Amino acid sequence: MATTGNKNINSKLVLLGDVGAGKSSLVLRFVKGQFIEFQESTIGAAFFSQTLAVNDATVKFEIWDTAGQERYHSLAPMYYRGAAAAIIVYDISNQASFERAKKWVQELQSQGNPNMVMALAGNKADLVDTRKVAAEANATGFVLQLTCLQEEAQQYAQENGLFFMETSAKTAANVNEIFHEIAKRLPRVQPQNPSGMVLMDRPAERVASASCCS
Amino acid sequence: MDEEYDVIVLGTGLKECILSGLLSVDGLKVLHMDRNDYYGGESTSLNLVQLWKRFRGNDQPAAHLGSSRDYNVDMIPKFMMANGTLVRVLIHTDVTKYLSFKAVDGSYVYNKGKIHKVPATDMEALKSPLMGLFEKRRARSFFIYVQDYDENDPKTHGGMDLTRVTTRELIKKYGLDDNTVDFIGHAIALHRDDRYLGEPALDTVKRMKLYAESVARFQGGSPYIYPLYGLGELPQAFARLSAVYGGTYMLNKPECRVEFNEEGKVKGVTSEGETARCKKVVCDPSYLPNKVRKVGKVARAIAIMSHPIPNTSDSHSVQVILPQKQLGRRSDMYLFCCSYSHNVAPKGKFIAFVSTEAETDHPETELKSGIDLLGPVDEIFFDIYDRYEPVNEPSLDNCFISASYDATTHFESTVTDVLNMYTLITGKVVDLSVDLSSASAAEE
Repeated sequence: MATTGNKNINSKLVLLGDVGAGKSSLVLRFVKGQFIEFQESTIGAAFFSQTLAVNDATVKFEIWDTAGQERYHSLAPMYYRGAAAAIIVYDISNQASFERAKKWVQELQSQGNPNMVMALAGNKADLVDTRKVAAEANATGFVLQLTCLQEEAQQYAQENGLFFMETSAKTAANVNEIFHEIAKRLPRVQPQNPSGMVLMDRPAERVASASCCS
Repeated sequence: MDEEYDVIVLGTGLKECILSGLLSVDGLKVLHMDRNDYYGGESTSLNLVQLWKRFRGNDQPAAHLGSSRDYNVDMIPKFMMANGTLVRVLIHTDVTKYLSFKAVDGSYVYNKGKIHKVPATDMEALKSPLMGLFEKRRARSFFIYVQDYDENDPKTHGGMDLTRVTTRELIKKYGLDDNTVDFIGHAIALHRDDRYLGEPALDTVKRMKLYAESVARFQGGSPYIYPLYGLGELPQAFARLSAVYGGTYMLNKPECRVEFNEEGKVKGVTSEGETARCKKVVCDPSYLPNKVRKVGKVARAIAIMSHPIPNTSDSHSVQVILPQKQLGRRSDMYLFCCSYSHNVAPKGKFIAFVSTEAETDHPETELKSGIDLLGPVDEIFFDIYDRYEPVNEPSLDNCFISASYDATTHFESTVTDVLNMYTLITGKVVDLSVDLSSASAAEE
């Protein structure tokens, strides 16, 4: 949930999308500036935080990765709980992954908070270059397919209140941009949810002073 | 699914999810399946539609109750001791980061037909209307003895070896009357029956200290905390831990059948025609009905109300313990109440539970003395469920079966079962020596 105060906004951001669409790669690129070509399925770390400064506020994203629970449709409802933003990721070279992305949007519309900022990321946009190169050298079926999918995604995003970007975790294209755009779109004043406490293995004084939460 | 795993876990109840998490963190390859399409098994929290489906068949919930998804009604209502073992496990595994908690407002005890706040310290004992003037002073000295008692410092033992002196003998030394003993034993030390009186006093003294230290931790009106959105969040959080460490999750897997080899040892689990091989199976009693026996049953009422439980200072979350003797029963009865302040119901609504170890087959009449304390209810549901314990020998069949959840008001017995199972499975002990004295909480 997004909480505000002194223009510090904390917001939970969830990633959704087909296995292999590049959810973890997007986060790794954004948080650590890394890209690993043959990224193993997510193990050991599925909770990142990263702070972004936008014009009028500092936004701290708490980013949740699916930890592979989406593979057999076993994502826990707590995943969506209190999420202020979501990035739905598909692979631009894979029509099936776009169809799955639409399913995730539906899932979010039924389970998530109605004011959630949703971004549709057509990932692996480095393949766009392949698209252009190939287009110049006579369009192949593959290229046509990529272009069609891009138009379809754009239209789908418009109709469903998402914003759309093609990203590449590999080249970093549009990665910071998509998070930045979400940060700009987050509501500055959120309805006050009853707030709770997070248990920590730390002394109270330190927690109070280092509190990320306002 | 057609692979080999170190452990296959069946059922996503809290116990199974904690074990799944601990085992994945240990580096074991875990497959975790559930026949239901939701997490939590018996210890899930239901929304209104699911609640009606379970208890009212085809009826629809009335519109005035509000939106279905605003409800998270626990099927096994319990609170967490602020300094208890579940909190230690949460901190040890770092699962706390997925959860938010709030203190529970009140802890009460039923005594001679009335509800009273449970005194947790010597000062509160002096103020409590539960005791007469002279009894208060005696109780105060007893509370001071308990507060000062340090297992490692014989000077604080008052010349008694509490591993040998019974609780009855210790209490006699302070001259407490039966009424005082009743609420100390049941509402502070949280014993379920009166066997503790004949047992070494050390356990009771430790339980009283846990209660007092838990109350002190959050300066709330009770020793308890409770997660926002209900207890169903707990299994989900531990399942996430397991997944983060490589555990594979499959919900909605019908007819999970455990397969054995000629020696009677587990060799895998079959569902939907596919078999996953494994060395060990961990499950709740429902997955291996031939290896468990019925040991009792729990009677329970679930009420949706538009007001807090009367006479609890308008507490939005509260526990009331009705000691067995006060009701002429063999086991205690428990009242819980949670509300929109913990995000388990829409604004203005309260969820109350009455539960006890069943002594008859008629929950409505058996639970009446507890239900009468609730005042008017919008809706009420009755349920009775059997409790099972494993009877197998895990070293022979490699099946590790959890016991059903009991009627107790907190998770101490739940976590004890989990930790014992972990040791049986791995031969190791979970090191829970997190520094609770420095552990604290941050307001969001």
